[in-house]
Amino acid sequence: MKYTEEHEWLRPEGDLIVVGITAHATEQLGDIVFIELPEPGSVVSKGDEIVVIESVKAASDITAPLDGEIVEVNKALADTPATANEDPTGDGWFFKLRATDAAQVDAYLDEDAYTALIS
Amino acid sequence: MRGRRRDSDLRQKDRGGITCVAIHAHRRGANLIQAFRLAIGTRGQFVSDLLQTPLHPLHLSLGARMVAFAGYEMPVQYTDGVMKEHLHTRRAAGLFDVSHMGQVWIRGGGAAAALEALMPMDVQGLPVGRQRYGLFTNDQGGIEDDLMVANCGDHLYLVVNAACKVKDIAHLRAALEPDLTVTEVTDRALLALQGPQAEAVLKDLNPAVETMRFMDVTDIPLAGVACRISRSGYTGEDGFEISVPSAAAEALARRLLDHPGVAPIGLGARDSLRLEAGLCLYGHDMDDATSPVEAGLAWAIPKVRRTGGARAGGFPGAERILTELTGGSERLRVGLKPQGRAPMREGIQLFASDIAEAPVGRVTSGGFGPSVGHPIAMGLIQGHHTTVYGELRGTRQPLDIVPLPFTPANFKRQ
Repeated sequence: MKYTEEHEWLRPEGDLIVVGITAHATEQLGDIVFIELPEPGSVVSKGDEIVVIESVKAASDITAPLDGEIVEVNKALADTPATANEDPTGDGWFFKLRATDAAQVDAYLDEDAYTALIS
Repeated sequence: MRGRRRDSDLRQKDRGGITCVAIHAHRRGANLIQAFRLAIGTRGQFVSDLLQTPLHPLHLSLGARMVAFAGYEMPVQYTDGVMKEHLHTRRAAGLFDVSHMGQVWIRGGGAAAALEALMPMDVQGLPVGRQRYGLFTNDQGGIEDDLMVANCGDHLYLVVNAACKVKDIAHLRAALEPDLTVTEVTDRALLALQGPQAEAVLKDLNPAVETMRFMDVTDIPLAGVACRISRSGYTGEDGFEISVPSAAAEALARRLLDHPGVAPIGLGARDSLRLEAGLCLYGHDMDDATSPVEAGLAWAIPKVRRTGGARAGGFPGAERILTELTGGSERLRVGLKPQGRAPMREGIQLFASDIAEAPVGRVTSGGFGPSVGHPIAMGLIQGHHTTVYGELRGTRQPLDIVPLPFTPANFKRQ
């Protein structure tokens, strides 16, 4: 698993990358009440704002961590956004992306580096 | 992850405004978590100039997340988080530290009549042991603050918003002294115990609270400490506000928290509770340009101060306010229910249709209602509409205009 400095996690799954946000991020955001995910099939560039998260406190953006195509999104989050609080790295995943260049993943933080970032 | 809010983030939100957001305040593109640290941080410079309430050590010991609010370092939430704290208050009882609010005594002959010159309110007719909701108005008919006024026999007791208290007290001194004495009470904390179990909890400390009705005020001891208690609050629930000497405040708060039904509640849930209850937040749903009629607060202006009443007018802005009381106002505060699931927050422009160019109003408070389970908002709107459209992230999203409150009030009126 890799991590961005913007508190996303990236997990390779076959030829796809699964993306969500970390437990640390969900704790800071508080109770999540709305998640807007991108359309499957959309082509995104690294840095594009593709997810909107609304918590009881504030709205936040999630950016695409990689260039690529959104293959699948976690539709269950529309009805139960709190899943992102309850199981951020499991059932609370956001989307699966087919990266244009999977090697881009390597540039992100490993677990130790991310832990150091948030501590 | 990037924070989105940009406008109004740093504005002081009183009585538990969305202060958590104030602390997320940061430039677009700034890292959200860094913004947290910057603001709530770790006893950093940002918080060093802030005042603390007598319950500050208690908040820290309870694991509160502290934020800057109206010049004070206040708990925005405890370990349960906003959602659970909100639901707990509606189900059992919540304890709030509202010591940042201003407590004021006004003493001297003719105090009630003198105060009526500042407010469209019936102070002279207020019986001993009762309090009323009132407004300071300005010459333009706007609202300078909303407050509670209680008749405590030999003096009037006022509770004003934290963010307005310096201004309010200067206003009172300028208008009332030297004939009357205006005293800011700085040696007493203010706690609010709110929720359906509040009476049962407080009864253990003094059975007399059971006989109090909504808006009664009385001086009685709690656990041996002289307190001033009013049966009121800011959640739409039954409950009490307790003015207690600062030195005894933490012990009293801990005693209340020992009760299994009582949980500490931060400013975040205070804001969502008052929004569900349809209660105005000064500086947001009303301000110095918003009239009482526009703010939907005409009910707070009694007949005796209206046209034809025995003491009609005679308060700042009377001309505009009396005209609006009979003829209506251009804008009106309304309840708004977004049709979608996305919260529509303060500042969002509202339009009459999904293509109209000129806005008809704006959201003045908005968020998620934990008890109703959907987003809720209030706004100031011109004209009659059943649905308006809010501009959210580049698209127009419909909001239905709905009656307030979103959750029924649960006051003990009998």
